[in-house]
Amino acid sequence: MAAILEVSGLHAGYGAADVLDDVSVRVEEGGITAVLGANGAGKTTLLRAVCGLIRRRGAVRFAGQDISRAQTEDIVRLGLAHVPDGRGTFLQLTAEENLRVGAITRRDRAAVAGDMERVFGYFPRLRERRAQQAGTLSGGEQQMLAIARALMLRPRLLVLDEPSFGLAPLVVQDIFRIMRAVNEQERVSILVVEQNARLALDLAGEACLLETGRVVLSGPAARIRDDDTVRGAYLGY
Amino acid sequence: MEAFLHQLVSGLAAGGIYASLALALVMIYQSTHHINFAQGEMAMFSTYLAWTLLQAGLPYWVAFAATLGISCAAGMLIERVLIRPVEKAPVLTVVITFIALLVIFNSVAGWVFTHTVKVFPSPFGAGLLPRNPFMSPHEFGSIVVTLAVLVLLYAFFRFTPLGLAMRAAALNPVSARLSGIRVGRMLALGWGLAAAIGAVAGMMVAPVVYLDPNMMAGILLYAFAAALLGGIDNPLGAVVGGFVVGVVENLMGAYVIGTELKLTVALVLILGVLLFKPAGLFGRAVVTRV
Repeated sequence: MAAILEVSGLHAGYGAADVLDDVSVRVEEGGITAVLGANGAGKTTLLRAVCGLIRRRGAVRFAGQDISRAQTEDIVRLGLAHVPDGRGTFLQLTAEENLRVGAITRRDRAAVAGDMERVFGYFPRLRERRAQQAGTLSGGEQQMLAIARALMLRPRLLVLDEPSFGLAPLVVQDIFRIMRAVNEQERVSILVVEQNARLALDLAGEACLLETGRVVLSGPAARIRDDDTVRGAYLGY
Repeated sequence: MEAFLHQLVSGLAAGGIYASLALALVMIYQSTHHINFAQGEMAMFSTYLAWTLLQAGLPYWVAFAATLGISCAAGMLIERVLIRPVEKAPVLTVVITFIALLVIFNSVAGWVFTHTVKVFPSPFGAGLLPRNPFMSPHEFGSIVVTLAVLVLLYAFFRFTPLGLAMRAAALNPVSARLSGIRVGRMLALGWGLAAAIGAVAGMMVAPVVYLDPNMMAGILLYAFAAALLGGIDNPLGAVVGGFVVGVVENLMGAYVIGTELKLTVALVLILGVLLFKPAGLFGRAVVTRV
């Protein structure tokens, strides 16, 4: 199978220090890969490095193109949508304006209007809140808005940084259900970083486990989920 | 009563100028969190440019449009060449750069155009408006022009994709980049727009205060007061602040403290806002969780 995203031998970090050491990870076309690990393992750093937000060295290929030296803006324009750590919501803009920002690089105006209806289909709550300032939305609604904003790009790959962070269990379930639907119905590949290992392993086809900036384990999510030693040692359930 | 109305209208006309310049300050502040101390001198230089074009025989509105275009391009160039390199520098470096820009514009204007005070024409004619004895055509015209600029800007930011991209870039640069917005270009464009707005303010105020290299010094101070009063990160606040400052300054000057002390009003306002309501009337108080 072809990979939509292929990272190999990636070193990245902030300032002089490297956080990631020789990290390799891949997302199959139409697949879901979960990145697991404890706090400080380098999960967020990995996503930032993929999108070119921080200094990086190594091979990063997206949709067959080398993006290891590309600017963030150009990587996004290739069809990679990143919902960052902290959601990156434009708090002072309305919900609808947030969605329009998500589609701002697109020229197909008519299709954009259709896509807005489509994401409102996934997140009916956002339709009710469309004229409201995003900063006044609840945490769950803001997470929905962040994912919806990313979908407005019509991405080939959706990159999500801890979508369950700080949310009520019911909202988390809802969001994971929608991620699955987006993946299955629209063939959007997903790279998701998640602390909730059980949820992530249920969703993903592939998974990799980061520990202090190195990949200590990677493979099919089902195998990792069912491996008792791995579970006991790294995942804590 | 008529004298009072006249003072009020003069205040509004001046207020429109302060509002425009305050808006230019706020635009740059919003995206960079820096106050462009050279905004007034850039406006002054633009006005000299307009004067040169008028001397060359261009019709007023042609010179007006050309000045806006050239000022916008120059603003973008200044951002690229001078401001971009100090973008991540300590705040003092940035302030010094702005002050350098102020001094450079001021002295180059004096050098090229001399310090002799020049008359700058009003496109609205002299004398008084028919059936309206308390307002000069220029006051009326400059209020209309100012309001037109404000409405156009509002529409631009509110309804166009480019305006939305600029707002997004100012509000959250990282998230804007992750949406594919070229934040650097948006910053440059913001500088260009601010320079163009400043140029309008300069051309509208020059017939009143006459054209010389120091013409914007006092006006920039009023614009600071206006921007602070409205809330330094709020464009609407800057506009309201501009009109309020204009009216208050004019009425105080006419009835309370005399024209010599008018500039003090701006300073008192600046101090008062900073002491008692630092976020301004419409600004958001920024609370940082630690």
